Amino acid sequence: MKRVYADNNATTQVAPEVLDAMMPYLTEKYGNPSSMHEFGGQVGKVIEDAREKVALALGAQNATEIVFLSCGTESDNTAIRSALATKKDRRKIVTTRVEHPAVLTLCRHLEREGYQVRYLPVDRQGNLNLDDLRDAMDDQVAVVSIMAANNETGVLYPVAEAARIAHQHGALFHTDAVQIMGKVPLNLQETDIDLLSISGHKIHAPKGIGALYIRRGSRFRPMILGGHQERGRRGGTENVPGIVALGKAAELSLQHIDDEQTRVRALRDRLETALLRIPNSIVNGDRDNRLPGTLNISFEFVEGEAMLLMLDQVGICASSGSACTSGTLEPSHVLRALGVPFSFAHGSLRFSFGRYNNDADVDHIIETLPPIIERLREISPFKPA
Amino acid sequence: MAWNYSELVKQHFFQPKNVGRVENADGTGDVGSIACGDALSLTIAVDKNTDIITDAKFQTFGCGSAIAASSMLTEMIKGKTLDEALKVSNADIAKALGGLPPEKMHCSVMGREALEAAVNNYRGITPEAHDEEEGRVICTCFGVTEGKLRHVIAENDLRTLEDITNYTKAGGGCGACIDELEILLEEHLQQKPHTPTPTAARQPLTNLQRISLIQELLDHEVRPILQEDAGDLELVDIDGLRVTIRMVGQCSGCRAAGLTTKWIEDKLREIVDPAIELHVKEDL
Ligand SMILES: Cc1ncc(COP(=O)(O)O)c(C=O)c1O
Repeated sequence: MKRVYADNNATTQVAPEVLDAMMPYLTEKYGNPSSMHEFGGQVGKVIEDAREKVALALGAQNATEIVFLSCGTESDNTAIRSALATKKDRRKIVTTRVEHPAVLTLCRHLEREGYQVRYLPVDRQGNLNLDDLRDAMDDQVAVVSIMAANNETGVLYPVAEAARIAHQHGALFHTDAVQIMGKVPLNLQETDIDLLSISGHKIHAPKGIGALYIRRGSRFRPMILGGHQERGRRGGTENVPGIVALGKAAELSLQHIDDEQTRVRALRDRLETALLRIPNSIVNGDRDNRLPGTLNISFEFVEGEAMLLMLDQVGICASSGSACTSGTLEPSHVLRALGVPFSFAHGSLRFSFGRYNNDADVDHIIETLPPIIERLREISPFKPA
Repeated sequence: MAWNYSELVKQHFFQPKNVGRVENADGTGDVGSIACGDALSLTIAVDKNTDIITDAKFQTFGCGSAIAASSMLTEMIKGKTLDEALKVSNADIAKALGGLPPEKMHCSVMGREALEAAVNNYRGITPEAHDEEEGRVICTCFGVTEGKLRHVIAENDLRTLEDITNYTKAGGGCGACIDELEILLEEHLQQKPHTPTPTAARQPLTNLQRISLIQELLDHEVRPILQEDAGDLELVDIDGLRVTIRMVGQCSGCRAAGLTTKWIEDKLREIVDPAIELHVKEDL
């Protein structure tokens, strides 16, 4: 059976070039970069090489601004905790209602630690109004954390402008750039962003590697204390194969941005046009302000998990924001923040395309999904009028 | 998250039995709602002389296990007398399916409820009379009554709050009813007498600006969304931080009204004042 992997916002296939690059560090080149001997020392050099590549992909001024760590979640947690630790006299955090749990769960926890958190709303299209951010700012805000692109809807947020607003009030600015990297060009040198998080497995490197950008000159407090690795900013013997992979993946991501913006976007748009012909369907998220490969679409009167099970039968991997699939009893917090009516929120599907998708993938979805929805609507007590 | 469904669940999901509606049905049971994420409409034909269920069909909106449980239910009750059929418990449905993941037990409970509703409908027991028996709604997010909770807790010998949520959904939304659920659970575990829960205090305050902001928010942000679901609301009163609304159209009587009102309250709290209390006026 043909497998169509249309869930690239969840994770991506490791690129063959990335696997080749990391392989020696899983096999013969297993030295510890902290060792005094040359066998380990040569490994230290490849870490610096990977750091250069990540810095370049992000448009950072200097490679020393990049710290490797274990994943996107650790990067988000480290950034926000560090910001709070270096702005001890301030007790407020400003973020949005649509952040990934890597930020939201931490913020809820910080509320219990006595911080005041302001969760900015989004409109029906999923867009943020920067006036809400301006209104939320005062000299008590330590850090503003706003994602660059949403993982469920793909909606993009004006982080460069948001960073300027944060700075006007003396706050630090962090962005979760896990989903945007490799899809939209980034140039950190031209922004006021202080802290930025990325994750390897969303850009065709393996799971379990991430990085945090820390603007040169900003104060920083590590979260993991230990050895002097990463210049004392993240203890623990380095995940050398992961770091090499992330460096290679970052390099490739730069080369593929054009492809994402043209070919991948066209795949997404073609699927969207075809699926919107299904009665009672709506797109969730601003169609003019989205990641190129993401389509979040809802079909009324059918439930997301049921659709996913049937798609799985025909080899299609996608995801849903319905209650049954979010592992809770309510539809995803992102769809609720957009105010998607419940009748639509339960029937949401997310398709996310990337480098390895092609027209045949889109054809397969266009052929198989409409009959699945028709069949489930036959079973459903509710039907389009 | 990928569910670990049994082969039987998959079979009854991919090839469900008895889909549709029995023509000129003798009894109909409608439970759940689109807002809650699952709903089941069960229709049955009953032989007047023998009380035997001669046909049963279902229509279900919901996840894989909701559809499978509905299909299995119809298979299990066909050929049984009404009294025999009523002996089918939610646990029986789950067992017949080769088990359900714990988080999905509420699907079997929904099947059992639809059966009861269809039989009551056939016997002329009105939903209103039945609702009275069910008592007060404890979980407003998912419209779960005290009667249902007591029944499901006792019948399935539930031991934890998580069990209660898995079986009835109660407590799975805003979590405001957790204290009350704990009391019901304690009662079941220890057969202890009922203790009333304290009610929250409110702080009165008036402000012209607040009133117009609330009105604007409801008119421009909330009502258009309700109207998309063929519902609406009316603003009844604003007394300080206490906002009273009435749900109309599809929204009134919707068992998931709790979820909707929670969403409206969240919006009001976020944009107007974090201390806003939203009240829904029930029509008599
Ligand atoms: C927006 C966003 N932030 C953070 C993460 C977490 O990254 P990781 O899985 O590497 O911890 C993800 C992916 O799951 C994501 O999509």
